[in-house]
Amino acid sequence: MATIRIPTPLRTYTSGEAEITVSGDTVGAALQDLTRQHGQLHQHLYSEKGELRAFVNVFLDGDDVRHLNGDDTPLQSDSRLRIVPSVAGGFSDRGSARRTLERRMC
Amino acid sequence: MSISLEGIHADDVELSNEEITRYSRHLIMPEVTLVGQTKLKAASVLCVGTGGLGSPVALYLAAAGVGRIGLVDHDMVEANNLQRQIIHGTSTIGTPKVESARDRMIDINPYIDVTVHNELFTSENALKLTEPYDIIIDGTDNFPTRYLVNDVCVLQGKPNVYGSIFRFEGQASVFWAQHGPCYRCLFPEPPPPGLVPSCAEGGVLGILPGTIGTIQATEAIKLIVGLGKPLIGRLLLYDALEMSIDEVQLRKNPDCVLCGAKPTVTKLIDYEQFCGMPLHDHDTEDGTAGEEWDITVTDLKSKFDAGEKIRLVDVREVFEWDIVHLPEAELIPMGDLPARLSELDSTHEYVLMCRTGVRSAQMLPLLTSAGITRVKNLKGGIRAWASEIDPEMPIY
Repeated sequence: MATIRIPTPLRTYTSGEAEITVSGDTVGAALQDLTRQHGQLHQHLYSEKGELRAFVNVFLDGDDVRHLNGDDTPLQSDSRLRIVPSVAGGFSDRGSARRTLERRMC
Repeated sequence: MSISLEGIHADDVELSNEEITRYSRHLIMPEVTLVGQTKLKAASVLCVGTGGLGSPVALYLAAAGVGRIGLVDHDMVEANNLQRQIIHGTSTIGTPKVESARDRMIDINPYIDVTVHNELFTSENALKLTEPYDIIIDGTDNFPTRYLVNDVCVLQGKPNVYGSIFRFEGQASVFWAQHGPCYRCLFPEPPPPGLVPSCAEGGVLGILPGTIGTIQATEAIKLIVGLGKPLIGRLLLYDALEMSIDEVQLRKNPDCVLCGAKPTVTKLIDYEQFCGMPLHDHDTEDGTAGEEWDITVTDLKSKFDAGEKIRLVDVREVFEWDIVHLPEAELIPMGDLPARLSELDSTHEYVLMCRTGVRSAQMLPLLTSAGITRVKNLKGGIRAWASEIDPEMPIY
C-alpha cells in the first residue's frame, strides 16, 4: 500500500492525519482513494472540471508526477506520494474575509 | 555544482583591519577566505519583508558582512510580532519595521550599508527597488507579493531566494530562471482566496521562520561566495513537529507563461487581480464581511444594553474560548458549525464572532445558504470588543 503525505494546511480535512495509506496501482487511483477516505479534500485538490488544481503538486518519491505520467504513473507497494500546496505564509496576520465572502455569495 | 553571481565585482574591494578581525572565522575557512569575504562585501541583497522570515535573513546577512542590504516593508512593529520577528524588540514597538531592523543590523555590523524602503512592494515600484541588488529574498506573507517577487526576478534575471511557512511546516528554494525553474513553474496559479487556510488564523510556531529564514540566508551567502550546491531546482520541505527535512525535485516548465519557451507574461501585471486578494490588507486586524454584513462592537453592545434578543455565536476553537470570551456568547467552533446548524433557528437574529472577524465572515454563507438570513458578522471580532468596549480584556 502506498502512502500519501498530507501537508499541514490540508490536515484539517484529514482529521489531523499527516500520512494516509491508500490503495491503487496508479497515482490517479491512489488520489481517488484518498479523496474517498477524506471527502472534504476533494474540493481542495481538484477543480470543478475534475483537474488537479494548479497550486497543488503531487510528488512521487521526490519527482513531480506531472513530469512522470501524471495520474497514470504506476505505483509500487512502498511508493511515497507527497502533496505540496503553495503556502503564502511569512510573517503577519492577514486574510481576505471580505473577498472570500463576496466570492461565495456570487 | 556551485553557481555564483556574475555581477559582483570584488576586485577593488578591501577589508579594513577591523573587518579582518570581525570576519576572521570566515577568513580562516579555505572555502571562504579573503576572496569570499570581499565578495560578500561587494554583494547586495534586497530583503522583501522584515518580519518572521526577514528577521533572521537580515540579521545573518548583516553579521556575515554582506556589503549592501536593502529592506522593503511598510509595517510598524507590533507586540504580537515579537514572538517570531526577532530583529525587532519591545523598545521599537510602534516604529517602522525597516528602521527597527536597520538599527539592529547596524548595531551588529557598522561596516555594512543598509538602505530602507518604508513602502509597499508593488508593481509600480518593484523593478526600481530590485534593480540595484544582486539577490532578492522573498520574505513576504501573501500570494500577490510572492508572484510579484518571482516575476520581477525573472524579468531582471535575478535569483529569488524563497521561503514560506505555515504552522509547523516550511518550504525553501532558490528560483532562478536562468538556471532552473521559477515559482510559476511550480505554482502556475495561486489558490482561490479562502480555499487554503492562511497563517492569520492558522498561527505559526515562532521559531519556524527562524529555521526557514536562516536557510534562505545560507542560500544567499552560498550564491554570493559561489559555495556548494544551491537549492535551485529543489524544494526543501521542513517539518518541525517530526523534525524532518525532505526535498523534492523541481523542473522548469517549458510552458511556463513567464520563463517558458513562449512567455505570455512579459511585464509586471496586476497581482491583486491575479490572486483575487490584496497585496496588503490591514483590514484583517479588523476582519470585515462587507458593510451590509457587518455589525460593529459598539452597535452590538447597544443592542445588548437595550435588551434585544440576539444570539451571539463564537466560532473560535475551545482553546481560544478558554483565553477569553464574552459572557453573552455561545461557542460553536467553525468546524462543528455545519453539523450543528440544526441548533440555530431561522426566526432568531444572529451575530457570528471570532478573534478578528475573518473566520466568522467566512461562516456567514453557511448560515445564509441554510435559510438563516438574519445574521451579521462582528467586525473586528473579540479583539475589537477588547479595544473599544472592555479594555480589561486580554487581546491575543
